[in-house]
Amino acid sequence: SARVMGYATKTFEATLFPGDGIGPEIASAVKEIFSAARIPVVWDEQHIGKAPDPRTNSMVTRENLDSVLKHKIGLKGPMATPIGKGFRSLNLTLRKELDLYANVRPCFNIPGYKTRYDGINLVTVRENTEGEYSGLEHEVVPGVVESLKVITRKASSRIAEFAFAYARENGRQKVSAVHKANIMKKADGLFLECCREAATKYPDIKYEELIVDNACMQLVSNPTQFDVLVMPNLYGDIISDLCAGLVGGLGLTPSMNIGLNGLALAEAVHGTAPDIAGKNKANPTALLLSSCMMLRHIGRKQDADNIQNAVISVIAEGKWRTADLGGNSTTTDFTKAIIDKLE
Amino acid sequence: SYLPSPGDATSQMVTLIPGDGIGPEVTKSVVDVVAAMAAPITWERFDYLSGSEGGKVPRTSVPKEILDSIRRNGVCLKGTLFTQLDQNNTNTQSLNVQLRKDLDLHVNVVHGYSIPGLSTRHSGLDIAVIRENTEGEYSGLEHEVVDGVVESLKVITYEKSLRTAQYAFEFAYLNHRKKVSAIHKANIMKQGDGTFLKACREVARNFPRIQYEEVIVDNTCMQLVTRPQQFDVMVTPNLYGNLVSNVVAGLCGGFGVVPGGNIGDGVAVFEQGARHVGKDLAGHGVANPTATLLSTAMMLRHLKLAGFADRLDAAVLQVYKDGDKSVLTPDVGGTGTLLRFTEAVVRNLEDTDNKTD
Ligand SMILES: Nc1ncnc2c1ncn2[C@@H]1O[C@H](COP(=O)(O)OP(=O)(O)OP(=O)(O)O)[C@@H](O)[C@H]1O
Ligand SMILES: Nc1ncnc2c1ncn2[C@@H]1O[C@H](COP(=O)(O)OP(=O)(O)OP(=O)(O)O)[C@@H](O)[C@H]1O
Ligand SMILES: [Mg+2]
Ligand SMILES: [Mg+2]
Repeated sequence: SARVMGYATKTFEATLFPGDGIGPEIASAVKEIFSAARIPVVWDEQHIGKAPDPRTNSMVTRENLDSVLKHKIGLKGPMATPIGKGFRSLNLTLRKELDLYANVRPCFNIPGYKTRYDGINLVTVRENTEGEYSGLEHEVVPGVVESLKVITRKASSRIAEFAFAYARENGRQKVSAVHKANIMKKADGLFLECCREAATKYPDIKYEELIVDNACMQLVSNPTQFDVLVMPNLYGDIISDLCAGLVGGLGLTPSMNIGLNGLALAEAVHGTAPDIAGKNKANPTALLLSSCMMLRHIGRKQDADNIQNAVISVIAEGKWRTADLGGNSTTTDFTKAIIDKLE
Repeated sequence: SYLPSPGDATSQMVTLIPGDGIGPEVTKSVVDVVAAMAAPITWERFDYLSGSEGGKVPRTSVPKEILDSIRRNGVCLKGTLFTQLDQNNTNTQSLNVQLRKDLDLHVNVVHGYSIPGLSTRHSGLDIAVIRENTEGEYSGLEHEVVDGVVESLKVITYEKSLRTAQYAFEFAYLNHRKKVSAIHKANIMKQGDGTFLKACREVARNFPRIQYEEVIVDNTCMQLVTRPQQFDVMVTPNLYGNLVSNVVAGLCGGFGVVPGGNIGDGVAVFEQGARHVGKDLAGHGVANPTATLLSTAMMLRHLKLAGFADRLDAAVLQVYKDGDKSVLTPDVGGTGTLLRFTEAVVRNLEDTDNKTD
């Protein structure tokens, strides 16, 4: 319809952090593919500061943050963590300042790229702001350290609600809450309480609870049973990486961080790969699939599908693959092959 | 041949706690098999320990007579205990955790290895996870600061980290292992996990022939599902050890096949490596006794009954080599029962007995 047409051609702005190492190469692959797919994006390119910004107490500058806050949508490449002692880490700054409370990682098999696991199609939803990452630690007496895990009703409800809403919006059937409430009865108990509360509001979505150790074992033996998994910070960190491993590693798995009022920052979770940086060898798939999550988040499902299908069919065909996937294509050739597959 | 000291054939007393869920069934398999071998073991049994079954009042602590028995005997075999949780009882610490703390069973060992004949996604695995068993996230120290805000304490001490690390390296050395990997999240928990790493480095220095590396826990799990063969001995704080050992169990064929034990000073408690109650399977007679039988072999070796241990291992593994689906339990793709499996083990023991006679 005309309205849809109008929407499809309406220009939007998005923040882009190309990042370091292979970041600029894979970011330019995304830009080329976006323009070939005629996605009317205007990228607001942002670079992390070379020196700490006193306004943020981090290498992330005020302008960086303002850009994301303004456009409410962004894409981030890998960033080298500067060893600026006493300054906050980049990810921590972004997470805290933008209140990116949820980390979402879909994990699915890419057809034609074989791993030891088939038929995986799950999403991990990780609480991103508290738990074991409180940063509160102290040495009580020499040799005795206490680290605080903080679980709040506010953050737990927010992530639980998010997981169920995400499940419903994305046509998923089941949410599994992962916990260790048999040991951390109060902390993980509170987390579960919030999940149960959210579950009652979504009777159409099946709800189950799994102890985290059992979840680990089930994931490596029978991962196809899972749909959406929601969990506190540390379990989410561990399990999302484990799941990425099941389908081929961090080079293929997309991720997105969700903040308040719909703000979202999609990111490739892999590192800067300094060994291949600047050599036209990097695999842009993770960043591309992340950019598709970003497109879906702002309602551009068709554009997302167009790009995602093209990426998947190029990998599936197997003719153009980068070295990490066992091929010898350059980033440029792989990108061209994807562009050829766009509708 | 083994030259025993005079009296070594005297039967040794071992505490037996069948536990809950599938515990009574899998430990019965052990009792039958040990009897069939005529191993010099006398069981001191404690049934119905948790009291959570059969409408009884759930127990909130482990009875002293049982702890005394284990202290006296030095060795115990157990099934997992179920800890009743309800609105009125959120303070009871897991009976399993209490038992480990009371006896100061400071390390947990889970030994995952590929079983020939059992088809899994990866082959050639032989990983020992050595886990700190008493502190960390299992401190049991939690409180609600204000409504809706809970703090849970993870406690890491240098002393306990050091003895865990020491055990891991001794285990590696005595079992002719090449590498120890310390698993941590010291990039986030700089002081807590930092203390654990400091202890590992300290011990590593005394074992120059054993390679030492440090791997962050999330990366560890990713590596485990892609290239698990790279791992040999892993040493971890409590919670990571729980997760990692369950991943390893999954890779090696599941909870039903991976053995383990808990070790302290002068006490050892053997149980299924990945500790689970398995309430869903209880009473159906289809739980897999392999893990507990292989743990029993570890126990026999610990009791210097290596001959019995080797025979038991061989008899159990032979069932997988034979691969008769009607004998193997459902968790490993069979249609058999615990009883059929146990009978097959006993038959294998008799066969080898006849051959050597
Ligand atoms: N020896 C065994 N043989 C076969 N299956 C087993 C064995 N031990 C455990 N399992 C199975 O492993 C699964 C996990 O066990 P259990 O239910 O005790 O774990 P859990 O961590 O409490 O998980 P949940 O909360 O889902 O019950 C169960 O399905 C159980 O039956
Ligand atoms: N109240 C309970 N509800 C559900 N499962 C339970 C309960 N009590 C015990 N279990 C089962 O027994 C297993 C071990 O429980 P327990 O609380 O004793 O932990 P543990 O063995 O000390 O810890 P870990 O699993 O970390 O080794 C759990 O994973 C679970 O399968
Ligand atoms: Mg991680
Ligand atoms: Mg457990």
